[in-house]
Amino acid sequence: MAKYIGKRIIFMIITLFIISSATFFLMKFLPGTPFQNEEKLSEDQREILNEKYGLDQPIPVQYANYMVNIAKGDLGVSFQFDNQPVTNLLKNRMGPSLQLGFQAMFIGTIIGILLGVLAAMFQNTWIDYGSTFLAVLGKSIPSFVFAAVMQYYIGVKLELLPVASWDGFTSSIMPTIALAIFPIATAARFMRTELIEVLGSDYITLAKAKGNSGMEVSFKHAIRNALIPLITVLGPMAVALMTGSMVVEQIFAIPGIGEQFVKSIQTNDFPIIMGTTIFFAFLLMVIILIIDILYGIIDPRIRLTGGDKK
Amino acid sequence: MKKILEVEDLHISFHTFAGEVQAIRGVNFDLYEGETLAIVGESGSGKSVTTKSIMRLLPPGNSEIKSGKILFKDKDLAKATEKQMQKIRGKDISMIFQDPMTSLNPTMTIGKQIMEPLLKHQKLSKSKARERALKLLDLVGIPKPEVRLKQYPHQFSGGMRQRVVIAIALACTPKVLIADEPTTALDVTIQGQILDLMKDLQKQIETSIIFITHDLGVVANVADRVAVMYGGKIVEVGTVDEIFYNPKHPYTWGLISSMPSLDTDDEELYVIPGSPPDLLNPPKGDAFAPRNPYAMKIDLEEEPPMFQVSDTHYAATWLLHPDAPKVEPPEAVKERMDKFREKAAGSIKEGK
Repeated sequence: MAKYIGKRIIFMIITLFIISSATFFLMKFLPGTPFQNEEKLSEDQREILNEKYGLDQPIPVQYANYMVNIAKGDLGVSFQFDNQPVTNLLKNRMGPSLQLGFQAMFIGTIIGILLGVLAAMFQNTWIDYGSTFLAVLGKSIPSFVFAAVMQYYIGVKLELLPVASWDGFTSSIMPTIALAIFPIATAARFMRTELIEVLGSDYITLAKAKGNSGMEVSFKHAIRNALIPLITVLGPMAVALMTGSMVVEQIFAIPGIGEQFVKSIQTNDFPIIMGTTIFFAFLLMVIILIIDILYGIIDPRIRLTGGDKK
Repeated sequence: MKKILEVEDLHISFHTFAGEVQAIRGVNFDLYEGETLAIVGESGSGKSVTTKSIMRLLPPGNSEIKSGKILFKDKDLAKATEKQMQKIRGKDISMIFQDPMTSLNPTMTIGKQIMEPLLKHQKLSKSKARERALKLLDLVGIPKPEVRLKQYPHQFSGGMRQRVVIAIALACTPKVLIADEPTTALDVTIQGQILDLMKDLQKQIETSIIFITHDLGVVANVADRVAVMYGGKIVEVGTVDEIFYNPKHPYTWGLISSMPSLDTDDEELYVIPGSPPDLLNPPKGDAFAPRNPYAMKIDLEEEPPMFQVSDTHYAATWLLHPDAPKVEPPEAVKERMDKFREKAAGSIKEGK
């Protein structure tokens, strides 16, 4: 197992290198510089700024410098946000985004799995139809619509929760729900289909033939097997949460990475774009690694083909 | 011999979009203590439905036991509640399935799967259940049980998995073991091993076996008695010798004629013409009549009752009616009947 994870980490570093190189060159191919929008700046001042940030040097030199700095853990200095180091900015902004993402993922998968299990166990009853209806709603309506509706009814009309702020857990409830709708719907649909298939398999009949009750069969035998394919969609779902959070963060005025990322793209803030991209890539790879490890935990067949056979 | 299970006039239907499929149309049979009853018949004849209904494992949504009784230990299983059935399944009646590759839970260790019925029905402690599971694995001929107990199904071959399934079925020493084509998915050498194992274990545990198969070779090997099913009914029932050497029903004749034999020189195997009856609209008379070369006019009009041939041998065909014309069974069957006569004569001479 350790050998497998070590191997995966080496691949992650290689992938990160490729992603950061690609992002770097892509941005350099784009027209415009971080300072072109500042109309008050004179030609000389611009040159001084360019020199200060090393933007006057040939691109390969800039690239080499940047990569060396990344290796040292230095992502450069932001052009827009008060000349702060990008690592600091990311650190400050990471908290809310990760909290939201984690909460949404946690609630989303748990409620989604629950809904799916109920739908499968009570197939073709009103429970099943209700769960399907919710799932279709959740999948087809974008998260920002839910966000706006919740803001209006729960925040403005009922004044139960803060409309758009970021202090404490209460202010994270609505954004979390808005973000969790999609994972709930995805997990519920997937779980239902998988569980129905598993419940029809021979080993479930055998489990019944042993004298297990319907509940015991579902919980001891079926759900674990139905979870295996669900884990596969959890990866892309996590990505959807990360990108989806940009919009939701904007709506709820949450000082998260997503909001900062959008701003930095609008202002050509190269170091922030680079830093955020690399951070997202890193996060995604960690999630995928966790998912692959989860596979092994849930499915013994994968555990043993994964590496260390006895 | 004591009866352990009695099935009386069982009718089972499936509700489909096309209508009501009458899968079982009045099945009667008894199972005696310690015997092996083979139920043979082609696909769709109702073998599996009958046995699944004994365990009440038919899908609750679309299947229905219309009428009839399944008497086990003075209880009518056809009317038992789900709770009552849960106490019987795996303890008094257990089942071996056709495909060992899919009948074990892939994400649970073999040990846990064997221990499950023990913990459930016998209320053993975990360590006691483990001990018993080890013994069971040893009993079904799996070497190194301590190691194997912690392994998962994918680490076992097909034959080994079927041994595990048998160990699970026998964990609580059931009174009745239903084996639903337990060797069909295995290759021939493994088939032989599994059959030997089952016969051996039956003697040790003293259980009665209902053995479903469409392989007459297997029947000859394991069964004490045979019930031949066709179109949701039992058309002939008798001891193995009676069914193989003195069959009376034209369908049984067809089955036996279509069995490959080492003695025949014929290249081509006999085939029963036609296709099974449509149980959505079951025929008025004998369900086999349209495929029966010996069919008479009455076969199309009225269903034949069970005619008694001997104390143990019954067949549902009008050919056994006193007024029916004498017909000659097909060549292959006649050869067998001759052999039987020789065998019987031989055994008298030897003084058996």
